[in-house]
Amino acid sequence: MADTVHSSWVPRLQGARAASAKFGFQRFMRRRSTIAILMCLPLILIIVCLVVYPAFYSIWLSMLNKSQTRFIGLGNFSYLLSRDVFWMVVQQSAIFAISAVFFKAIIGLITAHLINNLPTKGQRKWRGMLLVPWVIPLALSSLGWWWLFDPTHSAFNWVLTQFGFNEIPWLSAPGWARFSVILVNVWYGAPFFLIMYLAALKSVPDQLYEAASIDGANAWQKFVHITLPMMRNIISITVLFSLIVTFANFDIVQIMTAGGPRNTTHVFATYAFLLGIRSGDLPLGAATSLFMFPILAIAAIFILRGVRKRGREIG
Amino acid sequence: MSTAAVSVPTTRAVSLVGSLRRNRRWALITSYVFLVLFAIFFLIPPYYMIVTSLKSDAEVAHMATNPWIVADGFTLDQFRILFTQTDFLIFFKNTVIVTVCVVCITMVVSILAAFSLGRMRFWGSSILATGIFLTYLVPDTLLFIPLFQIVKAIGLLNSYWGMVLVYPTLTVPFCTWIMIGYFQSIPKELDEAALIDGAGHMQMLLKIFIPVALPGIIAATIFAFTVSWAAFVYPMAFLYSSDQQVLTVGTVTSLIRADVYKWGMLMAGALTAAAPPLVIYAFLMDYYIAGLTAGATKG
Repeated sequence: MADTVHSSWVPRLQGARAASAKFGFQRFMRRRSTIAILMCLPLILIIVCLVVYPAFYSIWLSMLNKSQTRFIGLGNFSYLLSRDVFWMVVQQSAIFAISAVFFKAIIGLITAHLINNLPTKGQRKWRGMLLVPWVIPLALSSLGWWWLFDPTHSAFNWVLTQFGFNEIPWLSAPGWARFSVILVNVWYGAPFFLIMYLAALKSVPDQLYEAASIDGANAWQKFVHITLPMMRNIISITVLFSLIVTFANFDIVQIMTAGGPRNTTHVFATYAFLLGIRSGDLPLGAATSLFMFPILAIAAIFILRGVRKRGREIG
Repeated sequence: MSTAAVSVPTTRAVSLVGSLRRNRRWALITSYVFLVLFAIFFLIPPYYMIVTSLKSDAEVAHMATNPWIVADGFTLDQFRILFTQTDFLIFFKNTVIVTVCVVCITMVVSILAAFSLGRMRFWGSSILATGIFLTYLVPDTLLFIPLFQIVKAIGLLNSYWGMVLVYPTLTVPFCTWIMIGYFQSIPKELDEAALIDGAGHMQMLLKIFIPVALPGIIAATIFAFTVSWAAFVYPMAFLYSSDQQVLTVGTVTSLIRADVYKWGMLMAGALTAAAPPLVIYAFLMDYYIAGLTAGATKG
């Protein structure tokens, strides 16, 4: 009984199901969220295949031996931690990033204020001129700086000797080499701060300053009580962002000193390049660059918080 | 108290206004003085690069004259040598190919994704948007070693097509992020009107969103261009023969031969390589700056 009913039902049911499946697929393809996901698919592929996968692969890679044939756990990490050079790299990376970001922020803040003081007509010209270091590809301007610091032909030393000073070993003495790479980074990055701060300064309502003037505030008081609080968020985003970029910087040190003299100017990126690519020990290089991760992650979390807060403030 | 304040003698008020004006003029003069100092600091390297590239080899080598000026006569020899006797033009061609491909890929991928994330909202879209921003914060120096293995496995090591593959990781996240901001700033009424007129999603994107968000698209395109033109870590790690090399690494490594630094030619190369971004910046400065500041001001 049941069998016969069933067998007589089956063809019709199958036909209906096939039709509805076809119709359903078309409807599914036309649905808003399906189209939306399809549009995101290339982006998701790029992020997953070329960022997320390499990031995890890097962790796996860092736990292999040099020829990548054997799993050695945390061997590469403990090897690095036992080396004096590595600790020098840690120290130099911290000095490099913190002092460079500090001076970039100060110079950016000062120049942004100076430009903001000018009549509106002239601001564009100055802004355009002072942003030039940021526009030149860093590798190429580093080459120019290297030439300025050249041991025998340094144009700076020529000026110094004209005034009767001694020549400075810009890139051959550890202390001066550290100073030089930081100087170049400040030169390159300060314009970015300038632009960010200038944009933020423009967004502070003029009425606040007028009200403060009426209350008799001087320029410094206006800066401390109006400008800084209004710009606090953008300053912190810019500083954290720059901290990430500076900490992970590669071009300047690689071109000007390649880590020398005696490894004193190596930062994480150049040291990882030396170990991983130049010496062919990819796992050790991967382990070195992974040491950057915790610091970058902390900075990233704070940036994200700041950007979200700012998004809410704007509307 | 208040009457006293109102009846302040007018002479004092006048002198106050005068001193304010004087103060303002002094502030302006100090601003200009310090700006000139900062401008000198910022423009010394490009200036010195230009001067060096216009000197003869002999003048560069001997240091007999003031290095800051061209004393023995201008010459374009350095550029001539650069273009005829080195691989510079090959680097230039490779960089153009890589940059054009990367900019096209970036813009297609990020406009589609930004339209979808900024406008259509689906399950997980806000998490994905956050993820894109975090990806933007991952520096290339963290990824170049695992990517070396991946590029090698695909067989694109020492080929500039490998650069076309990996550069989008530098450009796509930021471009998508700022395009989301631009698309979200377009009023909802526009797409409602389009939907009522029977436009599909693709039509809506092509006919309304792209034209309206054009300033944002230009800013994102400039960003993608400058980043892929200036990229250094990936070509430094993945390319080694000079027929595949790009400008940044080629200028810094291949033009230096046998430990003899031909600085005049090197500077000519660096300047020529830096020219395209500088020209674009000179003509499209406002878009350039809009793109720079968008990352932190849009969210």
